[in-house]
Amino acid sequence: MHRIWAIIERDLRRFRRSPVLVMMSVFMPLVQLVVLGYAFGGKIKNLQVGVVDEDHQVPAIRWHEMFQALAANAKTFTPIYYSDRQSALNDLRNGKINGVIDVPPEFSRKVLAGANPRIALIEDNTDQFASSALEGSVNAMLPAANAPATPGRTSANVTLSVVEVYPYVPYIQFLLPGVIVLAVFISAMIGGGIIFIDDKARGLHEGYLVTPIRKYELIFGFTLAGTAKAIIAGVVLITVGSIIAGIPDPLNPLRLARMLLLVVATALALITMMFLLMVRVSDPLVPRAVFGMLNTVLYFPSGAVYPTQSFPRWMQFISVIDPFSYAVHGFKQLALKNTGLMAVSGDLLFLFGFTAVAITAATLLFRRTL
Amino acid sequence: MFDIEVNNLTKRFGDFTAVDALTFTVEHGEIFGLLGPNGAGKSTLIRMLTTLVPPTSGTARVNGFDIARQANDVRQSIGVIPQAMTSDLELSAVENLTIFAKLYGIGRERRKRTIAQLLKDVDLTQWADKPVKMFSGGMRRRLEIARGLVHEPKIFFLDEPTTGLDPVSRVAVWEMLARLKRERDLTILVTTHYMDEADKLCDRVAIVDHGKLAALDSPLKLKSSIPGKNILEVSFGNVPAGWAQTLNALPDVAEVKSEDNIFRISSNNGPRTTVELLQAARNADVSVASLSVQSTTLDDVFVHYTGHQLRDALQAPNAAESPFIFNRG
Repeated sequence: MHRIWAIIERDLRRFRRSPVLVMMSVFMPLVQLVVLGYAFGGKIKNLQVGVVDEDHQVPAIRWHEMFQALAANAKTFTPIYYSDRQSALNDLRNGKINGVIDVPPEFSRKVLAGANPRIALIEDNTDQFASSALEGSVNAMLPAANAPATPGRTSANVTLSVVEVYPYVPYIQFLLPGVIVLAVFISAMIGGGIIFIDDKARGLHEGYLVTPIRKYELIFGFTLAGTAKAIIAGVVLITVGSIIAGIPDPLNPLRLARMLLLVVATALALITMMFLLMVRVSDPLVPRAVFGMLNTVLYFPSGAVYPTQSFPRWMQFISVIDPFSYAVHGFKQLALKNTGLMAVSGDLLFLFGFTAVAITAATLLFRRTL
Repeated sequence: MFDIEVNNLTKRFGDFTAVDALTFTVEHGEIFGLLGPNGAGKSTLIRMLTTLVPPTSGTARVNGFDIARQANDVRQSIGVIPQAMTSDLELSAVENLTIFAKLYGIGRERRKRTIAQLLKDVDLTQWADKPVKMFSGGMRRRLEIARGLVHEPKIFFLDEPTTGLDPVSRVAVWEMLARLKRERDLTILVTTHYMDEADKLCDRVAIVDHGKLAALDSPLKLKSSIPGKNILEVSFGNVPAGWAQTLNALPDVAEVKSEDNIFRISSNNGPRTTVELLQAARNADVSVASLSVQSTTLDDVFVHYTGHQLRDALQAPNAAESPFIFNRG
C-alpha cells in the first residue's frame, strides 16, 4: 500500500507545481460551457424576411399588422417590403434575407369566399435553425389570422395546456452535465494519457520498474493519482459550472455530495479506460492523435449536446456502451432535477462496473518489463 | 559466490542479436566496466541484469538471485541509474529521494537519516529543497546516484553515468563513485564508451562489441596484453624505398603502419626504439619532421580487440526527445 501512496504522492506533487495542467483541464470546459451554452441556447431573433403583397386588400393588410407586432415584440423577424416577388427571391438566394412571405393575388377574395386561401413562406433551408424558427413564428400567427372577427363566448376547439415539471431549463443548463463529464475526460486524457506516455518515453517508468513495486501497485497508483486530478476538475465544474449555468441553489450541499460521488465514479471509469487504451503505447504522438477522435466518439453520442433518441441505430449502440452516456445521464438527474441517488443508481453501477473491467484488463496487459 | 554471474546470456530482437552469449563474473567489491561503442549491447545487457528486459536465452544471477525467476529479490538488492536522467524536474532533491525511499518501503526515521547522509555524500545538502529543474547536468546525475543508493543496495548498476557531462563534472562523478564504493562496500557495474573513464575508474574492464565479449581483464593487463606498449608517431621529410621494412627491423618494433610520410610504430620498448630510429634515420640521410611517443591507451586496446576505431558517441534518437512531449520545466 505504501508504494501505491508513493506513486500518488509523486504525481500530485508534480500536478500541484504545474498549474497549467489544472488550468487546461478546468478552463477549457468552462469556456465551452459559456460559449456553447450561449451560442446555442438563445432564441433566434432579428431574421430578415421579405414580404411581397400581391393582393393589397384588407385581409392581407391584417397580416402586415401581425408582422409589425411580431417585429416590435418577439423580434423573431423584421419584415422588409418588396414590390415584386422576383427581386425578393433574388435577395433570398443572395443571402440578403432569410425568407420571403408571399401574399398572392386573389388572397383576399379566397379568404372572404372561404376558398382555401394560402400564403407562401419561401425559406432558406440551408440554415435549419433559422428556417424552423421562421416557420414556427408564422405558424403561430395562423390561429389569430383564422379566428373569426367576433368570436363566440365558448368554443369547442381543443387547446393544449403544457405543464413543465421543472423550472425552465435553458440550453446552457442542458449542456452543463456534458461539460462536467468533458472536464473529467480532459483531465483523464492529460493525466492518464499524455503525461503517462510522456513519462514512459522520458524513462521515468524505468525508475519505477527497477524497484520491487508490483504491477497492480503501479496501475492502482497511476489510476488513483489520475482520479484525484480528475476529481479536482470535476469539483470545479459542479460548483463554478453550476453557478455560471444558473442552476437554482447551485451550492446545495446534499446535491453537491451526490454529484461528487458521480464525479468519482466518472473519473475512475474514464481514467481506467484511458490506461487500458494506453497500456501498451510508447509513442508520445499517439495520445495526442487519438484525443480528438475519442472526444468525438465518446462525447457526442452520449446525449450531452443532443438527445440520443434522435440518433441512428449504430450511434445508439455506441451510446449504450459509452461511459460518457451514463455519466451525462446521472449529472442530468442530479443537476437539473435534483433527484436522489436512487435515480442514478444504474449509472453508478455501470461506471463502477466499467472501472472494474478496465482496471483488470489494464493490469493484465501491463508489461513489467521494457 | 560472485556478486554477478552471467552465463551465455543472449538477447535477440527479431533477427538482430543485441547480446550474444555473454559469460563473465563480477566479484564482490569490484568496479566492473563494460566498455564499448553505442549499439554494442551494453545497455541491453544492463537492462537484462536489472530485470528490465527478459533474456532470450542463458542465465544470470545477481547477488545470488536468478534474474528471471527471482526478479523481485534482484530488484531489492540493486540500485540502478539508467542512461536517461529521470529525476522529476518539478520536485526537489529531497522529494525525489523520499518518493523512491517510499517505493522501497523504507520507514520514516531511517528514510530521513539515509536521505540526509546521501545528500551529504553527493554534495547536494545545500540544494536539498530546490527543484531539480534548477540543477545542472552534473548535479542531476549526482542526485540520481543518491537515488539509486537510497535503499542501501549491495550492487550498483550505472548505465553511462557521465554521458553529456562536462569534464569537471565527469571527474567529480568518478571520485564520488570510488568513494561511495569504499564507504558502502558496493559492487559496481558501470557501462561507458569513454576509455579514460574505464581506465581510471574500473578494477576490471570487459570490452563488448556487437554483443560479444572481445576482452576482459584489468585496464593495466589489457594494455600490456596487446603488442606494442608504446606508440611512436613519426613523420619524415623524405621517405626512401623500403623504409617501412627498415623501421620494422628495428629492435622491439611490433608493428608498423604508414600513411604518406607518417608512420605509426608499435614498440615493446619505446625509448630504445626511439634512439634506434633516430640513428637509422641519420644513417639513411632521412630527415625527421616530428616525433611523438605515447603509452598504450585503452583506445589502442579497443582497436586491437575489435578491429576498428571507437565509433562516435552520437546518441540514437529516442522517444524522450520527441517534439510532442509535454514540456514541464
